[in-house]
Amino acid sequence: MTTTLNIDKELALDLYSKMLLIRRFEEETERLYRRGKIGGFLHTYIGEEAIAVGAIPVLREDDYVIGHYRDHGHALARGLDPKLAMAELCGKSTGLSGGKGGSMHLFDAEKHFMGGHAIVGGQLPLAVGIALGIKLKKLDSVVMCFFGDGAVNEGEFHEAMNLASLWKLPIVFMLENNLYGMGTQVNRSRAGGPDIYKAAEPYLIPAVQIDGMNLIEVRDTVIEGVEKVRKDQTPIFIESMAYRFHGHSVADPSNYRDNEEVEENRGRDPIDIFKENLLSANFATNEEITAIDELIENQIDDIREFAESSPEPEEIELYSHIYASPEEELNNE
Amino acid sequence: MSEMILRDAMSKALREALDQDDRVFLMGEDIGAYGGAYAVTKGFLEEYGEERIRDTPISESVFVGAGAGAAMIGMRPIVEVMTINFTLVAIDQIVNHAAKLSYMSNGQFKVPLILRTVTGGGGQLAATHSQSFENWYASVPGLKVVVPATPYDALGLFRASRKDNNPIIFAEHAMLYRVRGEVPEEYYEIPLGKARIAQEGSDVTLIAYSGMVKVAEEAAEIFYRNDISAEVIDLRTLSPLDLETLVNSVKKTSRAVVIEETWKTGGFSGSIASDIQEAAFDFLDGPVLRINGPDVPAPYAKNLEQLMIPKASWIVDQVKYNFGL
Repeated sequence: MTTTLNIDKELALDLYSKMLLIRRFEEETERLYRRGKIGGFLHTYIGEEAIAVGAIPVLREDDYVIGHYRDHGHALARGLDPKLAMAELCGKSTGLSGGKGGSMHLFDAEKHFMGGHAIVGGQLPLAVGIALGIKLKKLDSVVMCFFGDGAVNEGEFHEAMNLASLWKLPIVFMLENNLYGMGTQVNRSRAGGPDIYKAAEPYLIPAVQIDGMNLIEVRDTVIEGVEKVRKDQTPIFIESMAYRFHGHSVADPSNYRDNEEVEENRGRDPIDIFKENLLSANFATNEEITAIDELIENQIDDIREFAESSPEPEEIELYSHIYASPEEELNNE
Repeated sequence: MSEMILRDAMSKALREALDQDDRVFLMGEDIGAYGGAYAVTKGFLEEYGEERIRDTPISESVFVGAGAGAAMIGMRPIVEVMTINFTLVAIDQIVNHAAKLSYMSNGQFKVPLILRTVTGGGGQLAATHSQSFENWYASVPGLKVVVPATPYDALGLFRASRKDNNPIIFAEHAMLYRVRGEVPEEYYEIPLGKARIAQEGSDVTLIAYSGMVKVAEEAAEIFYRNDISAEVIDLRTLSPLDLETLVNSVKKTSRAVVIEETWKTGGFSGSIASDIQEAAFDFLDGPVLRINGPDVPAPYAKNLEQLMIPKASWIVDQVKYNFGL
């Protein structure tokens, strides 16, 4: 049976490629981690691809994206160069931050990618400030701020919601509720229950809860939401119900979740769901889907080779950019 | 040359910033309608309007972080946290975020954020409201820490601070707002990282900052009456630290005392004493002395509180005891 998809075919295939790129990129990071090529903590976005890819490509170039430490998916969805992102993860001089930020702290000023931030909730006040800057500059850009269910019990979350609403700031609060703050289930950490979007109501911020496994649902919601934020210059709140298919980090065997729950959610793979959408809308044949898969596989090989063959940072870089010199131009002047 | 109190020097500095740079805006607790807890921004709201003089809720974390966020896209926010004690509520945004954004992004983002706050004890405000944490912030790479002791320096250092592209903790001592001093009409700046020789001398170097400069000067006066020539150095900034000026002085005097208002354990005076000993050990006639407040929470009772704020007599006694001067 043919169904209709309310999206341009070419764009749909591009979004599918983006989701798949994130999935394969993340699988490669796990392999590199196990080979000792990536250090530190590694939090993959596997299972949550529909949110970043459903949401971020809706934005304009002059909008801003900021988020948490599970940031690879957001970075790739924003169009950051995956080679430079992988090089950053491998601690190489060619990385986005010359190897000084790592997996949890990806930045790209040119793309208005304002960082992965690794202190839970810490990006929320920064997002408020970026939005305030937009307002004071009298621009019509918006800020899309990602955070997880773990962040909503931080004081910074409530402070940010209050100020964003009080000052009418253009922020899309994008909650990725994957049901676990590291290993603690949301019902064991939040008195208000699992429907976190209701936490926005006391701050008079319009909020919705959507299926974060369904790219089209995410995209449609975000299109409408961003338009509203841009027009009204007020914040909105979107809670995307999600599930990470792997542990909190690569080091996490995920013993706090039962297998049945994990398997059930893996049965709702966002990439499979969107693939079915594409097939049933006759946007692509199985052969075309396979061709995209192969293309991405080859791209991943290039990405890995670039990262692995790049040099480590020079030792002198240890001391660079701790402080900005007065002569340097400020961002976006 | 005109005279003014430090509070007015700060008001002048802020007005200049607002007048000369439309990227500048102020936000903080009670800076607008109330006029500032220490009256530095009195009248600003009427003069500059709500857009640029922003009263915030009592939510230090979000408004300090919002300062950093706005700075990331090229604004020049001046954020006021009512006292340095309250900055602890926002320390995540200061230390984990503002201080790190340049380094972690490899210079892609700069954070030209000035965080003005009020430090020091002496007002009988007890343990939670009398602390001096500027020394903690001085140990964080990525932050600069400015600690003026005079109206002249407050204005000059602020002018340099607002041209700097880094997060700056600008700590004004509560007991110095009414200190009067000369401030020239002509424009001047004082670069960050350049200490001031408040008084030249040849027998002993007294190193102080903020509220303790006055105490060091009192000690120098006592020494003078006893034919001892003390050199008083006002650090002006803790980060960057002007070690060169300190070492040059110690090479001349062979004796050094570092005076700091707050606790000795973990105090910044320890770091300075260590730096001097590493750099000028052969020139020293004795250990670098540290005069700090004792390791106690600030008490309320006036007589007890006074026991924890270093006095000139403490300096004189220690110099006499250790150096035989």
